[in-house]
Amino acid sequence: MPEARVAVSEGLYGFHGGLHIEDHKAPACERPVEDMPLVDEYVLPLHMHIGAPAIPVVEPGERVRRGQLLARPDDFVSAAIHAPTSGTIRAIEPRALPHPGGLSAPSIVLAADGEDREAEPFDPWPDFRDRSPVEIRSRLREAGIVGLGGAVFPTAAKLATANPGGVETLVLNGAECEPYISCDDRLMQEEPETILRGAQVILHAVDAARCLIGIEDNKPRAVAAMQAVIDRLAAEEDERRFEIKVVPTIYPAGGEKQLIRTLTGIEIPRGRHVTDYRMLCLNVGTTAQCWRAVVEGRALTERIVTVAGGGVTDPRNLRVRIGTPMADVIEAAGGYTEGVDRLLMGGPMMGFALHEDEVPVVKATNCLLALRPADRDPTPTPQPCIRCSRCAEACPADLLPQQIYWYSRAEQFERCQDYHLFDCIECGVCSAVCPSHIPLVQYFRHAKTEIWYAERERAKAEHARRRFEFHNERIERQKAEREAALAKKRAAIQAAQEKKAREQAGEGGGQPAASSGDGDDRKAAAGMSIEAARQRARARKAKAREQSPNTVSGGGQRSTGEGRDTGHSPGAEGDS
Amino acid sequence: MWMAILLAVGLAVLFGVVLGIAAQVFRVQGNPLADRIDELLPQTQCGQCGFPGCRPYAEAIAKGEADINRCPPGGESTIRNLADLLDVEFKPLDEDLEVQEVKKLAVIDEEVCIGCTKCIQACPVDAILGAAKQMHTVIEAECTGCELCVEPCPVDCIDMVPVDEGVEAYRFPLPESAHPVVTRGFGLRPEEPVNA
Repeated sequence: MPEARVAVSEGLYGFHGGLHIEDHKAPACERPVEDMPLVDEYVLPLHMHIGAPAIPVVEPGERVRRGQLLARPDDFVSAAIHAPTSGTIRAIEPRALPHPGGLSAPSIVLAADGEDREAEPFDPWPDFRDRSPVEIRSRLREAGIVGLGGAVFPTAAKLATANPGGVETLVLNGAECEPYISCDDRLMQEEPETILRGAQVILHAVDAARCLIGIEDNKPRAVAAMQAVIDRLAAEEDERRFEIKVVPTIYPAGGEKQLIRTLTGIEIPRGRHVTDYRMLCLNVGTTAQCWRAVVEGRALTERIVTVAGGGVTDPRNLRVRIGTPMADVIEAAGGYTEGVDRLLMGGPMMGFALHEDEVPVVKATNCLLALRPADRDPTPTPQPCIRCSRCAEACPADLLPQQIYWYSRAEQFERCQDYHLFDCIECGVCSAVCPSHIPLVQYFRHAKTEIWYAERERAKAEHARRRFEFHNERIERQKAEREAALAKKRAAIQAAQEKKAREQAGEGGGQPAASSGDGDDRKAAAGMSIEAARQRARARKAKAREQSPNTVSGGGQRSTGEGRDTGHSPGAEGDS
Repeated sequence: MWMAILLAVGLAVLFGVVLGIAAQVFRVQGNPLADRIDELLPQTQCGQCGFPGCRPYAEAIAKGEADINRCPPGGESTIRNLADLLDVEFKPLDEDLEVQEVKKLAVIDEEVCIGCTKCIQACPVDAILGAAKQMHTVIEAECTGCELCVEPCPVDCIDMVPVDEGVEAYRFPLPESAHPVVTRGFGLRPEEPVNA
């Protein structure tokens, strides 16, 4: 009953701006959560969380069972992906994503066998209090737990960043402020104990002293169900750390910083994190999954999805396996109504229009909203900004949207950052209040993604520049080395020649080798060797002459001696 | 009168000495303007501007020897940034140069590659891996898409293929240029799954 409200808790603070909007939560929030029947094919994008895409650990053709690891986390900020049911891996290929740009990305395609056999990926830890925070974090990481409120930030990484300073207060976010969405409301009504037990796991893991649960006053039954379990835990186990705070229904009360401001009065300054203030904020659906992962040893393979809007026949909440095609989910909610023309993932304020319905439910899918033109506010043509500053009055992040709009439009992104563009939570309040109907948030998203893109390009260019410089340095170095080697070789040849020449000159009578150049050296060396040969010849001739009187005396040997003499004479005579 | 002249001369000498020392002590290494220009260039090192790499082009711009509109990979945004930095008028890309709309990446046809190492020598950022008579391959993450390896290949086995930049690189369009999203598939699902 959306009309009935519970009394707002006392001692609350508020946040700047915000908006009262019709919540449209009925009729989906009136019905219990139902299990979505199994389908034939599941598509699991490798990148459905904040951080690095997961890396597949299965091959096409492999048979898997529910809960089995399909892709492992690649980085500190990354999350594992598990099989939503049993079956065969059909392919790992690019498939259409639920994405505002209608893009595709690598995904694991699982053909279900309909048997839904379960793997037992992890040991159940009913004794989680004996486990260290590190063990619990690694379990959450292995089980693929991410924030289910819509941001899909890996929970293990969130807990790890919280640890150094310690955490005093755990804030459970059950505000669920966006219209139409009621998955957290139903979860709090139906499984309050799982949520609170999961919160106990987190309280243990970060050693926090208390847990504040923020719930909007339009969810009286959720408040009652949660309060009943808290009272029981207090009575049976003396568990007194939980406290429910009923907050007024003002959109966006469920924003992390807005909820913390409402509950504690602490305003998280720009550039600081919630954990810097010894706090940690988790969605109620996330802690329920933490309980399943840590205590029951199960991986994250399903979530509750609100199927709502005038475009579906039978709005309701469904427990949907991750990877189920959205068209099947709509069919399970009775199919489309006549005249539907738009399907959104997420709520009407922060969700985005899908390009097609053959895209899978991912971990971030909290709501599928099918709308007919009559269900939407008319979107008149934007008029020029009249600088009425209503957006600034309504902005829950206390920004000046009109200024950021101005600079986004002019593509002056540095000026956008001067006006703290990155503190914008994209809640859509400014667009909703704008009397000129300017889609302000779209400009901010444009500016944000352009800035990120430019930063990536800059980083890439810097990398390329360093490699180019290194390349040039290497080329220079190699050139220098080659030249040095060549010079060395030349010097070695020269030295060898000089040495040889010196040796030869020394043998021939110690004449100094005159060296004035390579060619001259060689000529001189050649001349010297010729000279040496002549001297040797002369010496031999002189010897022969001294010996000749002796040879003449002998009769038989004379002719030989004469013969030798005559044989040598022409040359010898010529020489002398 | 003489006192005043002496004082003025003395001060001039003093300031001269101080300035001279300061010029030595606080000397700026390199050319800071060229550094700032270099930071704005895309560092593809493609040489399409007519200079051997981005740094020489930056230095030429700093000296006023080159125009700011000679960088095809940087495109309009780089020219705009340069115009802002140098406080000159924006001008469109030089007509001699080809506008480069999509980012490309070199891909070697590994069946055809003969292992001549010519592309390796041509690559300005050492993004090609291989050895003589061994197949070569391009390291995707390092390739800047400069196309310098395409020309030297004797067997024409290098192709420039458009890069899929992935979901991370998605940029929301400005509302006035965005087409309204039309959702496909309301009850129009084919009886048989397409990929079965």
